[in-house]
Amino acid sequence: MKRYSVFAIAREAMRQHQGWEKAWASPAPKAQYDAIIIGAGGHGLATAYYLGRNFGITNVAILEKGWLGGGNTGRNTTIIRSNYLQDPSAALYEKARGLYENLSQELNYNVMFSPRGLLMLAQTHHEVRGYLRTVHANMLQGVETRWIEPAEVKQLVPIINIDGPRYPVLGALYQERGGTARHDAVAWGYARACSDMGMDIIQQCEVTAVRSKNGQVEGVETTKGYIGTKKLGIVVAGHSGQVAEMAGFRLPIEAVALQALVSEPIKPCMDVVVMANTVHGYMSQSDKGEMVIGGGTDGFNNFTQRGSFHHIEETLRALVETFPMISRLKMLRQWGGVVDMTGDRSPILSKTPLGNCFINCGWGTGGFKAIPGSGWAMAELIAKGEPGPLAAAFGMERFREGRFIDESVAAGVAH
Amino acid sequence: MLILECPYCGVMADETELSPGYEAHLKRFGPGASDDEFESYMFARKNPKGVHFERWRHAYGCGKWFLAARCTATLEVFGTYPAQSSAPPAALVAKIKAKRPDWEGF
Repeated sequence: MKRYSVFAIAREAMRQHQGWEKAWASPAPKAQYDAIIIGAGGHGLATAYYLGRNFGITNVAILEKGWLGGGNTGRNTTIIRSNYLQDPSAALYEKARGLYENLSQELNYNVMFSPRGLLMLAQTHHEVRGYLRTVHANMLQGVETRWIEPAEVKQLVPIINIDGPRYPVLGALYQERGGTARHDAVAWGYARACSDMGMDIIQQCEVTAVRSKNGQVEGVETTKGYIGTKKLGIVVAGHSGQVAEMAGFRLPIEAVALQALVSEPIKPCMDVVVMANTVHGYMSQSDKGEMVIGGGTDGFNNFTQRGSFHHIEETLRALVETFPMISRLKMLRQWGGVVDMTGDRSPILSKTPLGNCFINCGWGTGGFKAIPGSGWAMAELIAKGEPGPLAAAFGMERFREGRFIDESVAAGVAH
Repeated sequence: MLILECPYCGVMADETELSPGYEAHLKRFGPGASDDEFESYMFARKNPKGVHFERWRHAYGCGKWFLAARCTATLEVFGTYPAQSSAPPAALVAKIKAKRPDWEGF
């Protein structure tokens, strides 16, 4: 693989850009692999990448029924943060945020990580108390966050209305090293690095059945034929339940739609990420100038990648009160993704009832920020067959045992 | 927008008038149940991509709970029926079967 660099750009500029290689190969599947990852989204590709990087396992195939990064990796609002309340979540998301810091250098691919700072607005007294608690928890966890007063919020976000009658800003939980990244580039960067290590990324290859023998996984039937494997990782987000059923077990997960939208591009006006959890409004400004807005989830099972209009309406109504200047902004695009929600709103990184089959799912509405940490922990789980310290608390037996990692109560909302 | 007919008051209620209640016909387990039974009642969900039976409440109408059959892949609504049902009505099952021949059945 040729490295991307300023010299490469200069060289290619001199010869009409004829020399750029394909970023990743598209091989036909081999008969047998050491490990197969189902799902070439951010989490699946990161899992494969860290399998190779940390454990030297490179005889790996990543199977994708659609196209690479075409699911929730390409549909989120690109927010990165680690200001979680519970210790296991803070550890996992902070690992991910830390890996994002150097990801562009490590992958030799510009993922445009922008630690521009992230504010979670407290708009009710309940939230004020909750975020003060989170700040204290983060201090003990080694996650750098602080509580800021309304005046500092206004200084950081001049376009905000802090004394709105319905949604006043009473302060915010501020994570200075939180921010955004280019979501597609994260998938593409990992894909390029995986392909460079000799892994096979096989797109438009849908898994139709999981084959096992004596309780151990043996391979998968796909639309491109049977592929054998010693280990299987299921990393398919919204469709986890369908693949789990093929592998013979059921998950504590329901799939719902989550929506986002972007406005027409405007001049730079907000250089931080603002999250208003009370009203399910999440807003940042992209490098192109579009205001990127995330909304809340629908309350019913849905696989259509379309959400209900009234949720968008509620989100925007509240955001317009908090940011009066966006009231005349036109919205360019709106879309939805299918998110896999667990009961405690925390992910599942787990062994499964089927031997040598592992699952990584349940990231719900906040998976993008976790991609590097999730891949790191999942690779360890697959390589060693047992969860490492990052994944240990996220096994799916926690539901049976009542050891929830309850971030739904912690945040007061889905996140 | 999802529109469901409330089987009690007969109103064609749109989504903003309703509260969702997720999977219907869960078999409840309580004291004396095995760990497996209790876990499956509490957490394990079918979450099908296709025909789904679910609970809804006519929250801003008559206030009553009812059940609905809906396709999660297309958002097509097959029908609604009262909450006091241990299984979907036979006529509704037949209607779904006619529309979704591959459906495994209730």
